[in-house]
Amino acid sequence: MRPLDLDYMLGLVPVLLKYVPLTLAMASVAMFFALLLASLMAIVRVMRVPLLDGFTQIFISFFRGTPLLVQLFLFYYGLPQVLSFLTAINGVTAAVMGLTLHFAAYMAESIRAAILGVDRSQWEASRSVGMTTAQMMRRIILPQAARIAAPTLVNYFVDIIKSTSLAFTLGVTELMGAAQKEAAGSFLYFEAFILVAIIYWVIVEALTVVQRQLEARLGKAVAR
Amino acid sequence: MISVKGLTKRFGANTVLDGIDLDIRSGERVAIIGPSGTGKSTLLRALNFLEKPDAGSITIGPVTVDARAARAADELALRRQTSFVFQNYALFANKTARDNIAEGLITVRGWEKARAHARADEILSTIGLSDKAASYPAALSGGQQQRVGIGRAMAADAEIMLIDEPTSALDPEWVDEVLQLLKRVADARQTMLIVTHEMQFARDIADRVLFMDGGKIVEQGSPDEMFTNPADPRTRAFLRKVL
Repeated sequence: MRPLDLDYMLGLVPVLLKYVPLTLAMASVAMFFALLLASLMAIVRVMRVPLLDGFTQIFISFFRGTPLLVQLFLFYYGLPQVLSFLTAINGVTAAVMGLTLHFAAYMAESIRAAILGVDRSQWEASRSVGMTTAQMMRRIILPQAARIAAPTLVNYFVDIIKSTSLAFTLGVTELMGAAQKEAAGSFLYFEAFILVAIIYWVIVEALTVVQRQLEARLGKAVAR
Repeated sequence: MISVKGLTKRFGANTVLDGIDLDIRSGERVAIIGPSGTGKSTLLRALNFLEKPDAGSITIGPVTVDARAARAADELALRRQTSFVFQNYALFANKTARDNIAEGLITVRGWEKARAHARADEILSTIGLSDKAASYPAALSGGQQQRVGIGRAMAADAEIMLIDEPTSALDPEWVDEVLQLLKRVADARQTMLIVTHEMQFARDIADRVLFMDGGKIVEQGSPDEMFTNPADPRTRAFLRKVL
C-alpha cells in the first residue's frame, strides 16, 4: 500500500473546479429542456391527444429502453453519418441533446403520474369557471402537479448532473474528462478519481439544500 | 332565462336523466329535492357540461347548445353563463381565498389583476372573510371554504348559479353560516338552481320546488304547495321520511 499524495490532490482541486461550471451548465440546460419536453409529453398522454399520444409512447419506450451511453454514441457518432446537417454538432451539444431526450422520457412518466394525482375536484372547478384546457393546465393543474412531482424531478436532476460525466466518452473535457486527463499524466488514478467523486458528491449534497427550499415553497399552499 | 328541453343522460344502461324539460325565469330561485341517486346532481352537472348530456338542448341567456352537436367551444360558452358551487367546495388548492375568487375574472374574463383583486376583496367582505384573503384553502374550515366557493360563484356574475348540495359535506357546526350566506345571495335575486337536503332552507329561499325521482321531474310547485299538500304519492312518501 502506498500513501496518498495529498499535495497532488490539493493541487488538483483548483484544476478540476474550473470544469464545474461546464458540468453544471450542461446539466441545467438538459434539465430545462427535459422538463419542458416532459411536461408537453405528459399533457399529450393525459389528454390522450390522437396521434401524438402514440408517438409519445414510442418515444418514451425507446429512450427508457436503451442505455444512455448507446444513445449518446448514436447522436454523436452515428446520426451525423445519416443526417449530414448534424456533422457540425460538437460533443457538448450532442451530450446535452442525449441527456435531454433520455431524461425527458423518464420525467414525462413522473409528471403524468403527478398530473393524474391532482384531485378530480380541481379539474371540475377549473372547467366550471369556464377555463380552456390550456388555462386549466397552466393555472391550476400543473402548479399542483409540480408539488407532487418535485422530489422525483430533483432526483432526476441529480442523475443528470452525474450523467454529464458520460460526455467525456464523446471527447468533451468536462469534470470527468479533466480528471481522466490529469490521472493519465500523473498515473495517480486513485487521487484524481476520488477527488472527482468528492466534487460530484458535494454538488449533489448542495442541491438537496435547494430541494428542501423548493419543496417548502411549493408546499406553502398545503401547509396548515 | 333558462330553458332545458328533453335533457337525457345515461350511464351505461342506466338512464339518470330521462328527458328533463325545465324553464327558469330570470331571478327565480329553484330548489330540487328528492331521494339520493335520482339524478338531481347530474342535472346540475349536465347543465354546464361537467357531465356531457346524451340528448336534449340547453338555453342559458344568449347561448343555446344542442347536446348531440355540442363542440368544445359551445361547452365553454355555456359554462361562462353559469357558476357552480360544489358539494366538496373544490377550491383551487394552489390559490389563496382572494385568488380563488379572482381567478375566473382574470383568466376567463380577461380582467386586469388589480381590478379582479379589488372585486375579490369586495366579495370577501360580503362573505365575511376579509381576514382570510391570503389564506390557502387547506388553512380554512369547511364552512369558510364553502363560503369562498360561494364567493367564487358570485364573482362570475353568471346568468344562473348552480349549487350542488352545498352543506352535505359540512360538519353540523358550519352548516348555518353557509345557509345564511346563500340566503343573502338568494335575497339579491340571483337566479339559482339548488340541490339540497335542507328542507327548511329550500322552503325559505325557493320560489319553486322540484321533486325528482327516477331521472324525471315528478312534481313541482311553490314551497307551500309542495311541503304542505304534495299531489304525487312519491313526493308525499319522500317528505314523510325527511321532515
